[in-house]
Amino acid sequence: MNNGYEIRWHGRGGQGAKTAALLLADVAFQTGAYVQGFPEYGPERMGAPITAYNRISQNQIRVHSNIYTPDLVVVVDETLLESVDVTAGLKENGALIVNTKRSAEEIRPLLKGYKGEIYTLDAREISVKALGKYFPNSPMLAAAVAVSNVMGWSSFMHEMRASYQHKFAKKPEVIDGNMKALEMTYQALEKDLKHNKKMSA
Amino acid sequence: MARKDRMSGNEAVSYAIRQINPDVMPAFPITPSTEIPQMVSTYIANGEMDTEFIPVESEHSSMSATIGAEAAGARSLTATSSAGLALMWEELLLAASNRMPCALALVNRTLSGPININCDHSDGMGARDTGWIQIYAENNQEAYDNFIQAYPIAEHADVHLPIMICQDGFITSHAVENIELLEDDEVKNFVGTYEPEEYLLNPGKPISVGPYSVSNYAMEAKKNQEIALENSKAVILEVAKKFEALSGRSYGLFEEYRTEDAEYIMLLIGSAAGTAKAAVDELREQGKKVGVLKLRVFRPFPADEIAHALRHCKAVAIMDRCESYNGNGGPLGSEVTAALFKNRVMITAVNYIYGLAGRDFTVDHVKDIFAEMEDDLKNGRETKQYQYVGLRK
Repeated sequence: MNNGYEIRWHGRGGQGAKTAALLLADVAFQTGAYVQGFPEYGPERMGAPITAYNRISQNQIRVHSNIYTPDLVVVVDETLLESVDVTAGLKENGALIVNTKRSAEEIRPLLKGYKGEIYTLDAREISVKALGKYFPNSPMLAAAVAVSNVMGWSSFMHEMRASYQHKFAKKPEVIDGNMKALEMTYQALEKDLKHNKKMSA
Repeated sequence: MARKDRMSGNEAVSYAIRQINPDVMPAFPITPSTEIPQMVSTYIANGEMDTEFIPVESEHSSMSATIGAEAAGARSLTATSSAGLALMWEELLLAASNRMPCALALVNRTLSGPININCDHSDGMGARDTGWIQIYAENNQEAYDNFIQAYPIAEHADVHLPIMICQDGFITSHAVENIELLEDDEVKNFVGTYEPEEYLLNPGKPISVGPYSVSNYAMEAKKNQEIALENSKAVILEVAKKFEALSGRSYGLFEEYRTEDAEYIMLLIGSAAGTAKAAVDELREQGKKVGVLKLRVFRPFPADEIAHALRHCKAVAIMDRCESYNGNGGPLGSEVTAALFKNRVMITAVNYIYGLAGRDFTVDHVKDIFAEMEDDLKNGRETKQYQYVGLRK
C-alpha cells in the first residue's frame, strides 16, 4: 500500500500536537505535495492523550483511516511512553522522535523492542530559550521535518515564516522567537541526521 | 480559474457559504460542526460577506428560524450534527412539508448513547424520512462542491425542498486535505440570486405558510411533496452537469469505481469510499475483479439505478455506518436489497455494519470483506446476514 509518507503524533490535549500536524500539512502543501493532516479525538480535555496524523504523498491520497504502520512517530510528551505503545506498527526503517532531556539510549529500553532510529530533542529547553515559554509544537514540527525530509529545510523555513506571519499578525513579536526555535531544533539534530549529506540547505 | 488550496472539510463548507453569501444563518454550536458557524460568523465580522447571523439558544430554534427566514423569502441555512439534528426533528418535517428550499450543513456524528463525538451516519439516517434531499461527500472537495450545488437543486421550481449536505465528522470535517476552489464570481453566477415566486413578506401577494389542512386535502399535499422529491433526481443530475462544465468535476447520483467488469462490489457512503477505492486498487493489481459503488444521493433514493448498476456482479457488500435496531440490518441494507428484489436482480447481497461511533474502517477491513464474499460464493456457502465489521472479539 502506498499512501506516501505517514506520520503519527502522540501528545496531550493542549500541547499542540494536532496544530503541528495541521501546520505540517499546510507547509508541505506549499511544495506541491498531496497532504492529509487530521486529529483523532478521545475525551476532549486538557492533558488527555491525543493522536494526530499526516500523510504526505506525490499522488492523490484516498484513504481516510488512521495510520497503523507509520514511517515516523513523534512523541510530544515523554510521559506517554509509560501509557501508550508509541512504536506500535512503526516501520523498522522508520524513525521515532521523543521530546525529552534523556538520550536515545535511555529511551530505547522503554520501547517494546523497537529496533529503528530514535532521535531525542529537548523541546522544553529550546522553546524556553527561544520563546521564553514552553510550547513544544514548533520544535517538534521542525524535528519531524528535519528527520523525515518530507520537504527541504530552506523551503520549510520559508513557509513557516509566512505561516507565522499570518497566524501571529497581531503578535508579530513572537514570530522571530518561533523561527529561532525551528533553527535551534535543526542545529540540535543536525549531526545525527542520516540524510544530511544530500541536503545542501 | 480554479485555485489549488488545502482546507479541512468544515473550512471548505464555510468557504462555500461565504462565496454563496446567503441571506440568513441561524445556528447553535455542536461538535463537530461548530467550526462552520464559527468561521461564517468570522467572515461576517470581517466584512467578507453580509449574511444575517442569528445566534439562537438551541437547534430547535436554529431550524425554526431557518424556516421562518426562508418563508419570509430569504435564502437560509444552518449547520449541525448528531443530537442537534435530533432536536430539529419536528422542524425538519416542517421545512420539507412547507416546501422550504433551505440548506443544512450536516457534519455526521453518532447519536447517544454511549455519548461519543465521532462519526457515524445515525444522525443523517435518522432523518431519512423527513422529506429532505440528502447528499453525502467522500472528502472536503465533495463537501465543497455539493454545497455549491445545493441551492440550484433545492430552489428549482420542480423541487422546492430543503437539502442536507452531509460530510463525515472529524474524518473529513477536521482533516486538512488538498482542494480546488472556484472563484467567488463563478460561484455567485452558478448559484444565482434567489427570487422566490411566493413568500410571506410580499404585501402584493399574501400567502399563509403552515396552515391546518383537513383530511380532504392533506393527503394531496403529501403526494405533491413526494412528487417534488422524485423530481429532484433529474434536477440533481442537471445541476451536476452544469457544475461539471464550470469545474471539470463530474457528479451523479452515485459514483462507480472500477465496477465495469467487477464480480464483487462494495456499496457505501462517505469518507470510507476513499478507503475502499484504495483497497480496490490493490486487489485489482492481484487480479481480483472488485469495485466500489459510492452512493452520493441517498434522498431521493436511486433504487432502480443502483439495481441496474449491480445487475452483472456476483455479490454486493452493502455497508451501513448506522444501526437501525430493527433486527434486520441497516437502512442502506434494507433499501438496497428492496431495490434489487423490485428489479429482479437476484445477486448475493450482504449487509455489513461498520464504523459506528468513530470506529476506524481500514483498507484491511475492505480486503477481508471482499475475501469473505468470494470465498463463501466459490464454496457454495451462504455469507452471514448481517455482520459487524471491526468489532472487538
